[in-house]
Amino acid sequence: MAKTETELLTVNINGVDRQAKPGMTVLDLTKDLGIKVPTLCHDPRLKPYGACRLCLVELEGARNPVPACATILGPGMVIRTDTEQIHRIRRTVIDLLLSDHPADCMTCEKCGACALQEYAYEYGVRRSSFKAGAKHTVRPQETDPFVARDLSKCILCGRCVRICDEVESAFAIDWIYRGFETQVSTAFGKSLKDTPCEFCGQCISTCPVGALTEAPALPGRTWETKKTLTTCAYCGCGCTLELHTKDNQIVKVASPVGVGTNNGNLCVKGRFGYQFINSPDRLTKPLIKKGGEFVEATWDEAIKIVSDKLGDIKAKHGADAIAGLASAKCTNEENFVFQKFMRAAVGTNNVDHCARLCHASTVTGLAMAFGSGAMSNSIDDLEGTDAILVIGSNTTEAHPVIGMSLLKPVRQKGAKLIVIDPRAIKLTKFADIWLAQKPGTDVAVLNGLMNVILSEGLVDEAFIAERTEDYEELKKILPAYTPEKVEEISGVPADDLRRAARLFAGAGSAAIVYAMGITQHTTGVDNVLTIANLAMITGNIGKPGCGVNPLRGQNNVQGACDMGALPNVYSGYQKVDDDAARAKFSDAWGVPMPEGIGLTVVEVMNAAADGKVKGLYIMGENPMLSDPDVGHVEEALEKLDFLVVQDIFLTETAALADVVLPGVTFAERDGTFTSTERRVQRVRRAIDPVGESREDWRIISDLSLAMGYPMSYDSASDIMTEIAALTPSYTGIGYSRIEGCGLQWPCPSVDHPGTPILHVGQFTRGKGKFHGIEFKPPAEESDVEYPMILTTGRLLNQYHTGTMTRRTAGLDEIYPVAAAEISPKDAKKYGLTDGDKVRLVTRRGQIEATALVTDKSRPGIVFMPFHFKEAAANRLTNPALDPIAKIPEYKVCALRIEKV
Amino acid sequence: MTPRIIVGLGSCGLAAGAKDVLAAIEAELAAKGVEAAVEQTGCIGLCYREVLVDVVTEAGKVTYGDVTPKAVTRIIQEHLIEGKPVEEMIVLSEERGSEAAFLAKQYRIVLRNCGLIDPENIDDYIAAGGYQSIEKVLKTMTPEAVIGEVKTSGLRGRGGAGFPTGLKWELTNKAAGDRKYIICNADEGDPGAFMDRGVLESDPHSVLEGMLIAGYAIGADESYIYCRAEYPLAIKRLNIAIKAAKERGYLGANIMGSGFNFNIKIKEGAGAFVCGEETALMASIEGQRGMPRLKPPFPATSGLWAKPTCINNVETFANISWILKNGGATYAAMGTEGSKGTKVFALTGKISRSGLAEVPMGMSLKEVIFEVGGGIKGDGEFKGVQIGGPTGGCLPAEVINTEVDYDSLTKIGATMGSGGMVVLDQSDCMVDLARFFLAFAQNESCGKCVPCRVGTKRMLEILERITKGEATEDELVTLKALAQDIKSASLCGLGQTAPNPVLSTLRYFQDEYLAHIRDGHCAAGVCAALTKVEISQKFCRQCAVCIRHCPSQAISGARHETTVIDQTKCTQCRICVATCPWDAIFVVSPRTAELVEPEREAVKEK
Repeated sequence: MAKTETELLTVNINGVDRQAKPGMTVLDLTKDLGIKVPTLCHDPRLKPYGACRLCLVELEGARNPVPACATILGPGMVIRTDTEQIHRIRRTVIDLLLSDHPADCMTCEKCGACALQEYAYEYGVRRSSFKAGAKHTVRPQETDPFVARDLSKCILCGRCVRICDEVESAFAIDWIYRGFETQVSTAFGKSLKDTPCEFCGQCISTCPVGALTEAPALPGRTWETKKTLTTCAYCGCGCTLELHTKDNQIVKVASPVGVGTNNGNLCVKGRFGYQFINSPDRLTKPLIKKGGEFVEATWDEAIKIVSDKLGDIKAKHGADAIAGLASAKCTNEENFVFQKFMRAAVGTNNVDHCARLCHASTVTGLAMAFGSGAMSNSIDDLEGTDAILVIGSNTTEAHPVIGMSLLKPVRQKGAKLIVIDPRAIKLTKFADIWLAQKPGTDVAVLNGLMNVILSEGLVDEAFIAERTEDYEELKKILPAYTPEKVEEISGVPADDLRRAARLFAGAGSAAIVYAMGITQHTTGVDNVLTIANLAMITGNIGKPGCGVNPLRGQNNVQGACDMGALPNVYSGYQKVDDDAARAKFSDAWGVPMPEGIGLTVVEVMNAAADGKVKGLYIMGENPMLSDPDVGHVEEALEKLDFLVVQDIFLTETAALADVVLPGVTFAERDGTFTSTERRVQRVRRAIDPVGESREDWRIISDLSLAMGYPMSYDSASDIMTEIAALTPSYTGIGYSRIEGCGLQWPCPSVDHPGTPILHVGQFTRGKGKFHGIEFKPPAEESDVEYPMILTTGRLLNQYHTGTMTRRTAGLDEIYPVAAAEISPKDAKKYGLTDGDKVRLVTRRGQIEATALVTDKSRPGIVFMPFHFKEAAANRLTNPALDPIAKIPEYKVCALRIEKV
Repeated sequence: MTPRIIVGLGSCGLAAGAKDVLAAIEAELAAKGVEAAVEQTGCIGLCYREVLVDVVTEAGKVTYGDVTPKAVTRIIQEHLIEGKPVEEMIVLSEERGSEAAFLAKQYRIVLRNCGLIDPENIDDYIAAGGYQSIEKVLKTMTPEAVIGEVKTSGLRGRGGAGFPTGLKWELTNKAAGDRKYIICNADEGDPGAFMDRGVLESDPHSVLEGMLIAGYAIGADESYIYCRAEYPLAIKRLNIAIKAAKERGYLGANIMGSGFNFNIKIKEGAGAFVCGEETALMASIEGQRGMPRLKPPFPATSGLWAKPTCINNVETFANISWILKNGGATYAAMGTEGSKGTKVFALTGKISRSGLAEVPMGMSLKEVIFEVGGGIKGDGEFKGVQIGGPTGGCLPAEVINTEVDYDSLTKIGATMGSGGMVVLDQSDCMVDLARFFLAFAQNESCGKCVPCRVGTKRMLEILERITKGEATEDELVTLKALAQDIKSASLCGLGQTAPNPVLSTLRYFQDEYLAHIRDGHCAAGVCAALTKVEISQKFCRQCAVCIRHCPSQAISGARHETTVIDQTKCTQCRICVATCPWDAIFVVSPRTAELVEPEREAVKEK
């Protein structure tokens, strides 16, 4: 503490000596001291700009007043914030701004939340004294989805332009013209749709006046709406949302600056993709299929049918003839209750969920190498890193807010970026080195990097000696992976590989970020183990700014795994084949736990197709679009004796069900989600359940009761208490502790502050384990009949199977069609131009899509998003599985294309 | 010797028709079979007498002014063939010439080679002693010694702010950075200022040499010249100079075997005045919109691409090689306590000798205007001088004895600025002048900060109302208060100085403002809304010339008929006033019913 005190400097503000930390601005200090200094162009997310001149303060010795937002405190500074001159200047600035501003507060969307309005009130500037002053010309701009631009209200604080550049790295808007006629504009006044705009809405979030507002504006100004803080239900970033609701409707989504890991930033889905919540398509009553048609039913009827049917199957064929798919979209509490229901009430370990399809290889691989299969470091930890290696992650589209965190050190602090990806994604534009490998050759490329690191003596010997074991295993296989050999396999130029290796190994701290480009392969576990090798060989694990950072794809896929919605583990990854764990849960739940590891997602489908699984309970998943080879999935589901689907919409899967139970969206329930950085965060009910829909845990509890296994929970919080009691990594987590910004597990006790970085000092499994992994080609390679490679993935503006995003008009407007991204070279070869219909054929099936000719794709590779039911990419994908993690190979299969 | 004929081919010469003169010379020499070397040079500063042609014979050199293609025949015939110089056309020669007084009081350091050497020929520059300073520096001096010499010279930045150059170099030299930059600010944008253009067009190597020395002194190996695209000739000559300097080993790697590397790139501006502001200029080089950034950090610590950057203007760099050659002390011997050396001024407006002049610091405004500049053109009366560009100040006759140096000018409400000097007489309206300069500043504001973007607009609106006689006296108070707030609250130098023309005219010419407001009277007859044009039937000879020239068909009548202006159609373009052969058309101030230019009556009588 003594050290900190000596570092403080003394300044004098308004006649009082104050202590300040070095590097603080005048504004930082006045905020801390509660001294009011008005600002318009300031946003803590942005670099100081000093344009509005409202925050000017007097600094002794300076010729002119200085901007508080940009003036770094120096020792002995004498500052006055409230002199007559300062007051006059502030009034003048407000007066001038009002002179060029329409006085239509009465009808302005921003009324009540407008900074200019507030300051005019505070400084008593009733109207501008420049009565006859001209207004700036508003040059025409085309209209846009989501963003309403009223440039007559613009005060040119520049926050939108800067946030689009500094935070979003989209560069969609800038200033045009000079002097009084200066205006913010897109290029040539075009619609934002025709610019690089990503519709994150950060510009709206930072606009201090009514120039930028949400479109369409739903009725309800700031004082009329209820505001509920909760956690976003799209990807795994775990962004804090502030739902503005009126009359049980969501009217706006915002995010307060300074709260949560996203700090006020959101992506297009989080900010604008909420229309599904109040969609007329929502299921509002239980449905029972009678004579091939759904008819509405009461909850009692529905619960009875489900419990009777499941009871029958169990009685006739045994509990293992029933399987359940939990949901990465639902809360921890619901997933916990779901797996408890399957294990305790039904009596089977046949419970799994879509994590199988995204990060099963991570969970397995990292458990083998480190002992724990989650993101090792934290999102904000990336900011302090020296180098980032991104492999198999289109971060700015699939995890947009993490994409921002990742680009910040690269663009503002000189951190180096290496991207390994077969496609020219946005990140490659900012990369120091981009290695474009052939899909499915990741092990070769990573081994190649380590070959160079080893041969050039860049390994961290001390770390290896102290923290790891089996290094010899790795050392044995590396010599074969010379850069030249790797170039042959992967197409990555040998010299680029060398440069990348030196850059990565030479950095003080280097983080590895990856996602489904690594995991969704038949070599998924191999890929993950190889990444773990690379982190360990360079000592980049267990300290700030580094680590192995798998990005989880759904809001609560981390939590669903943590909760034991997996066939081999209970909550907290306690193994079902561990006798002590089985005894513990049998004891806690008062019934003997089933023996043996259950079936995984794809195995469930196969077993259903084979008639071994007869009853299936699906909560909030849509395998009819999300699973590989959906033709096969359809056959399997149709073969079931009984299918119950619990969802918010009548999805493609629900349509096949015998009973459909209406669940609720995240906006209608309490609970917690665990984000990709292991942060357990609150989900709070903002509106009442739509129609007769019910929170999923209540449905399961009722069903369980009907099946003779009562569960009595009064609230989601009750469930968390049980989770904490049974799950070592969640022991210290309770609602009272996570009201603020949540807690990162492991949190083993109620006074534990949570764990931002895993494997500090020691790995979860003790020593980090190296594995010698040889390159194996993908299950299916291109050949004469199928000469191209298909790879699939996500788009920024759509999500998963589209059930939520495709019910928001603007999202569909921005990216409306299922497009197959084809390189210009291939387009020429097949006589295709942009917008042509193209048929994609694989050994599993065929679809028709629209050709999108783009440099993003390299010759020989076609990319296809999997969100669109009208051209379901998963009719084409290969269900070949990783032998250990049982994850299918979504990322590579052989393809033929034909012009339609 | 073979006689040499040297044509002044600066922008001023070209504008006056030097190309045609050059062609005429070549044609005439060929036609007459006279042998002479035809060469080019830049601008010596006598812009008002262009086209200038030097004729160098064994008898010496004479300079002819106002040369036309027609005059060429005579010059070649009389001077070259007959050996008799055309005396009445000589503007300069060794012992005589009508314009000798223009040069007599000048001391030319920056302009030392201008109009004397061929700017496109590096050998001319070398022959004039060029590149000796960089050789001396590289072979005998440490960077610290170079900086010491510049500090001794007392040289201050000639771009306008007057920051001590040696100190700037020292700060940049000491700033930590793996890479440093030199930038030459050649974005000269003040209306009526063309000092830098003169140097770039007439002696580009002197700027390159100054930059080289600066690069060595601060440890930079890369540099930019940011030159406005409106100076195509300057850019062309800079490119020629850079290429030649590279070929001779003055630029590039390992210069003169010293191990010092230095390269210069040219970045053309895109027409924004504010890009002359150093931080906006650097943003522009980086490919950003030219908008000023906050200072601190200053460029010396974080400039171009956030690297330490030394940015000086053209004139500053053009001083450097002279200082290194002759010593800082020699330079410091000239000038005043706080302002050393010389300053180049662009003399324009109602002055006899409009052109470029370089005088020692400390010379009085009166000497500059009346002795160097030859006083007021025609029979006008000196009213004031606008000094320091659009953001400088407007000074009246009362302060004409003020010394020209940074501090004295600031004291009386003007600034040195970059060196524009617009001389005004009674036909200039000070309110309109302030309006003009403020309109310029408003148009050129980058739009970033509120006081400059909106504040200058509101000031301009008040000024416009004054020039239309619509303003109240209260608005003068608002104008003044707003001007003060803009000065103290604006982000960059442009906004902080934009109100200066208004404040200085309010200070020295408030009566004129009041006359506009109270009486609707514009004494200079400039403000169109307060004046009308009328034909004096007393002087009119009914020649109908005005009727032919009026673009608005506002004049009725015909030859030998009474001629009358229809005030509803008249746009006050005043073409009729200028073209009337009898000076019978007058500008009248309707509210006072007074002829604005009654002195013409006397002239008319003859």
